Amino acid sequence: MINQSNKTLNTNITKLVNQPYKYGFSTTIEKDIIEKGLNTNVVRLISHKKQEPDFLLQFRLKAFKKWTQMSCPEWAQLKFSEINYQDIIYYSAPKSKKKLNSLDEVDPELLETFEKLGISLGEQKRLTNVAVDVVFDSVSIGTTFKEELAEHGVIFCSMSEAVLEYPELVEKYLGTVVPIGDNYFSALNSAVFTDGSFCYIPKNIKCPLDLSTYFRINDQESGQFERTLIIADNNSQVSYLEGCTAPQYDNNQLHAAIVELIAFENANIKYSTVQNWYAGNERGEGGVYNFVTKRGLCAGNNSKISWTQVETGSNITWKYPSCLLVGDNSQGEFYSVALTNNYQQADTGTKMIHVGKKTRSRIVSKGISAGQSKNTYRGLVNITSKALGARNYSQCDSLLIGNLSNANTFPIISVQNATSKLEHEASTSKIGEEQIFYFLQRGISIEKGIELMISGFCRDVFTELPLEFAAEADRLLSLKLEGSVG
Amino acid sequence: MNKTPILEIKDLKAAIDTNEILKSLNLKVNRGEIHAIMGPNGSGKSTFSKVLAGHPAYEVLEGEVLFKGINILDLDPEDRSHLGLFLAFQYPIEIPGVSNEDFLRLAYNAKQKAKNEPEVDPLEFLMIINEKLELVGMSATFLSRNVNEGFSGGEKKRNEILQMILLDSELSILDETDSGLDIDALKIISNGINTFMDNNKAIILITHYQRLLDYIKPDFVHVMQNGKIIKTGTAELAKELELKGYEWLK
Repeated sequence: MINQSNKTLNTNITKLVNQPYKYGFSTTIEKDIIEKGLNTNVVRLISHKKQEPDFLLQFRLKAFKKWTQMSCPEWAQLKFSEINYQDIIYYSAPKSKKKLNSLDEVDPELLETFEKLGISLGEQKRLTNVAVDVVFDSVSIGTTFKEELAEHGVIFCSMSEAVLEYPELVEKYLGTVVPIGDNYFSALNSAVFTDGSFCYIPKNIKCPLDLSTYFRINDQESGQFERTLIIADNNSQVSYLEGCTAPQYDNNQLHAAIVELIAFENANIKYSTVQNWYAGNERGEGGVYNFVTKRGLCAGNNSKISWTQVETGSNITWKYPSCLLVGDNSQGEFYSVALTNNYQQADTGTKMIHVGKKTRSRIVSKGISAGQSKNTYRGLVNITSKALGARNYSQCDSLLIGNLSNANTFPIISVQNATSKLEHEASTSKIGEEQIFYFLQRGISIEKGIELMISGFCRDVFTELPLEFAAEADRLLSLKLEGSVG
Repeated sequence: MNKTPILEIKDLKAAIDTNEILKSLNLKVNRGEIHAIMGPNGSGKSTFSKVLAGHPAYEVLEGEVLFKGINILDLDPEDRSHLGLFLAFQYPIEIPGVSNEDFLRLAYNAKQKAKNEPEVDPLEFLMIINEKLELVGMSATFLSRNVNEGFSGGEKKRNEILQMILLDSELSILDETDSGLDIDALKIISNGINTFMDNNKAIILITHYQRLLDYIKPDFVHVMQNGKIIKTGTAELAKELELKGYEWLK
């Protein structure tokens, strides 16, 4: 009987959790692609198509060489079949006849795609207070509020554009936070990245708008390799949002991105992600393989970098947004909600490397596992010998839904001086039959009960999200877990 | 006085994990009555309360449970709750991350909705709940704490009684509400229950101890053994059990 009732419970939860993925449509559009496969010529061709300066071609070639000497990391708690890198399209761009002068000239099909995703690029219906750069497959489609930002000296454009218009900035900073050979996927990305966002906030400027990039993988066989670089000069401040979706295909798409952040003296960067790549079906088929390297460098004294992520999609997530705290008194933060369902696997966490004196870091990680999924937190707090008076607070909480899901935490702490303070808290809880029965007995429906528990569990992280995203994150988790009530 | 039955249980048989626990149980409770159910450990008292509330782990094999004339065995637990059936848990469940206030308001509003009455906003709710808190001697700080998390045994039990009063349930089953309470807490809770009780309601007390019945006077005392009610008497029966134990009944 216990088994039977567990089954009932699991079915109930499964019903709730398995809401259809609503971004699973694809767009038919004329494309310019480079044939499948990866070799030096493909790397050269990408660079050529993008009319890049020589330094970038050399950067790519060096990365490609490095990549061929490396092998796919196997330490993560992830199981997946080997990726055939020769079976992937590395460049796929919507074909446009001429250079666009304004967003109004963007292919209506594309505009419609983003309308469907709730991202409005049309002049009339833009999101207020958020400037958006949208990346479709490999190429940036357009950026809103560019002129308005330029008035403040803020540069916000696609990476391709930055390479051509601000080559000296790109050359100076690209690859400085995530070196080419940092890891297998960073080497791959450095060789073949096609677009992404670039952002520079000049000295003493508080960016007047939130900046946002919306990534969309459309092509069934193309990988997405985008590259984001954000530089916040002395005393500047910026809040950056990233959203991602993909169509529903039954094969796996590869996404291997790099995000580099640099904060100079007194600068403050807040980077928020709501990741909703297609996660695969209820049997674990299809979905995006997400291998991302995100790292921020607090270069200046009193600088601050804060990562907030809500990870709900992808078949596989391999992602550790990290902070290098070099400037004295600098601060790093990592707030994360990772939700896995069905056969999804997430191995995610952060690294906080304390180098400067009195550097502080804060880690709040919430993992929710439902279905037969596997959710792993992996974290490193490294306080070096120079980082006198450093402080870290870490909190890792896991929530299990049903009886078949799996949660792991691997927190690693290394302290090399005696004046630092660390706190680590961890908990594992479960939404089980007894809790649900308690709600039901009090007349509260199972949907409401789970909603209440999930939102309570995630509260510490959601309060860190910018307003526009907090609503989206709530909606997203609702969609994934609470079911269609009514 | 004209008595109307609120609960009629006929030949109820129920099992968990293929073990038959309730074996042909019969009970009739009228409005305005307090019934105490006593009995040795493992006699089926808690199973009885869970089956009435509709816990999914228990399977009803046979019988009928009429609550306000409606056979509730086919109803979901939440519908039984909306009808006015309340179970005070022997071991109240902890719900991390959910404040007591939110939980109580949600429960209250779910009930309002089921009755087609307007739901209340958080401010209105505070007025309602503050009044009830006094009845069980709880301070307002209970509201901001997570549901039962870190509560002492006594606090958890008070929280159950608070919910019973808040939901104004018609039939309340209190499963060992007195166990783990000190004398002062027992007095406060008993006062709360006595104030709450009226001619329209009914209460079933499941208990091991006579001392609770010193504070809450039962109209009937039943002895349950091996899944059946084997003896029914008045409050005197509880006193006799206190002296002699259960062996003499066999």
